[in-house]
Amino acid sequence: MSRPGTEDNPLLVAIVGSGPSGFYAAEALLKSDINVKVDILERLPSPYGLVRTGVAPDHQKLKQAIKLYEKIASEDGFNLIANVNVGVDVTIEQLKASHHAIIITCGAETDRKLNIPGEDLPGSYTATEFVGWYNGHPDYRDREFDLSGDTAVIIGQGNVAADVARILSKTVDELKNTDIAQHALDVLAESRIREIHVIGRRGPAQAKFTPKELREFGELADCAPVVATEDLHLNAESERELEEKTNIGNKKVYDLFSEFAHSPVDDDKSRRCLFRFLMGPVELVGDGHLEKIILEKNSLSGEPFRQSARGTGETLEIEAGILFRSIGYRGVPIVGVPFHDDWGTIPNEAGRVTEDGKVVPQLYTAGWIKRGPSGIIGTNRACSVETVGCLLDDLDKLDSTESKGGAEQLYAILADKQVRPVSYQDWQKIDAAEIANGEKIDKPREKFTRRSEMLELLD
Amino acid sequence: MTTIVTDNCKGCRFTDCVTVCPVACFHYDDDMLYIDPDTCIDCSACIPECPVQAIFEGDDIPEDKEHWIEINAERAAELPVCEEQMDPLPGAEERKAELGF
Repeated sequence: MSRPGTEDNPLLVAIVGSGPSGFYAAEALLKSDINVKVDILERLPSPYGLVRTGVAPDHQKLKQAIKLYEKIASEDGFNLIANVNVGVDVTIEQLKASHHAIIITCGAETDRKLNIPGEDLPGSYTATEFVGWYNGHPDYRDREFDLSGDTAVIIGQGNVAADVARILSKTVDELKNTDIAQHALDVLAESRIREIHVIGRRGPAQAKFTPKELREFGELADCAPVVATEDLHLNAESERELEEKTNIGNKKVYDLFSEFAHSPVDDDKSRRCLFRFLMGPVELVGDGHLEKIILEKNSLSGEPFRQSARGTGETLEIEAGILFRSIGYRGVPIVGVPFHDDWGTIPNEAGRVTEDGKVVPQLYTAGWIKRGPSGIIGTNRACSVETVGCLLDDLDKLDSTESKGGAEQLYAILADKQVRPVSYQDWQKIDAAEIANGEKIDKPREKFTRRSEMLELLD
Repeated sequence: MTTIVTDNCKGCRFTDCVTVCPVACFHYDDDMLYIDPDTCIDCSACIPECPVQAIFEGDDIPEDKEHWIEINAERAAELPVCEEQMDPLPGAEERKAELGF
């Protein structure tokens, strides 16, 4: 065989995961000047990963990133093979045989744990479950969330925590014209939650919200943001952090907290969203169901920008029947791919997968599973471009003596396993049906929330 | 909501923003970049990337820079898309220092 990338011997790349990183990797490959065929494999029958099932339904504009993915999907050399679980329906070894290179872009699918007593009590949930549930992710379709108590607690102060808090803070009228799953809207309509505590282990100068996400809490129809003025007090190190010119994002976030703290709480609004700082949960307590959260107050120590939170021994309690943790995410290992268990990522050098420090031939990675759960949609573009750059530099090493069958080779394996692959054309049918179903009820789309509903449309 | 590039970009054009734009909405001329408001999804990924803090969104746009909303829309419509990072303009580092960054 010859170096792949020619007319007779196109470079065959399998991408595992059809979220933003997968699409940006496909884009970078299809833009290159070599002949390439890209097959994106996806576990669900629907593509777009967290843009579809993570981005909040009331952030429709962000979801327009999909327009670019649709353009990428229309290019020659692009192929979607959805409804296929890599590691189960097809093994990594089989992908290595069918394709010259594999890029793993399967994201960080699970939540970090608090590792405290009572964490598994009913009523204690992960943000991932709740977000998946209101976004119509088939894996979380049948989850049940008891919103009959008056207090909810969210652990974490990043944008996912903000999404969960905002969905709990909004009225049905504020959500009904979004693409929120109908089953979730029905449950939220009956919610009796009136107090939402959003808890950070560090101070208001270190919260990870973006200013834009935080600002939305000042604009809710029936919920007022609350920050205690004494919580605005900063230690000298935090003051120095906010004085740093490049730290303008955190400065804006702090200024918003300050604005919330100094504006009178609007008594006409029936819900409160309380931002609380310098505390972390140490125990979840309840008899068969979560009843209260015991928290320990923290203090900060360390240099500016490296301050960490340490428990002071002083505790407090919040009575609440429901808790969501959103303190970081981890990837889920795939059989046949090295995995860094402490970090929850795939070990790599600039996107080349490594094992014990040595580069593993044919395997690449991009997105959250490569670098951890940081950054927003667009951050993954630069990440995928870096990985594809490495892959294209390695073309000589991807030369193989055996012939590669690409997608056709995979279709044969899937047929044997009686797995029905969903193509991009199939997805377009599902997409059109969702949009039509949404139109009837003034929503941009009504998602199918079960795999079977999507597959039934196709045959 | 609108996200715009303003005058700090003039003479710098570092294009760090371009690498994180999820929808390729930056356009360029010989001086600076502009955002196409019809393509931009207001994700704000670009804002912290700019070494000279030239990018502002919605409520954060200072009053004395509001005229850039129109300039961005007009210029983006007639200029090519900047799809990849380019070399900064000659003198960009000096200008960055001048601007206090």
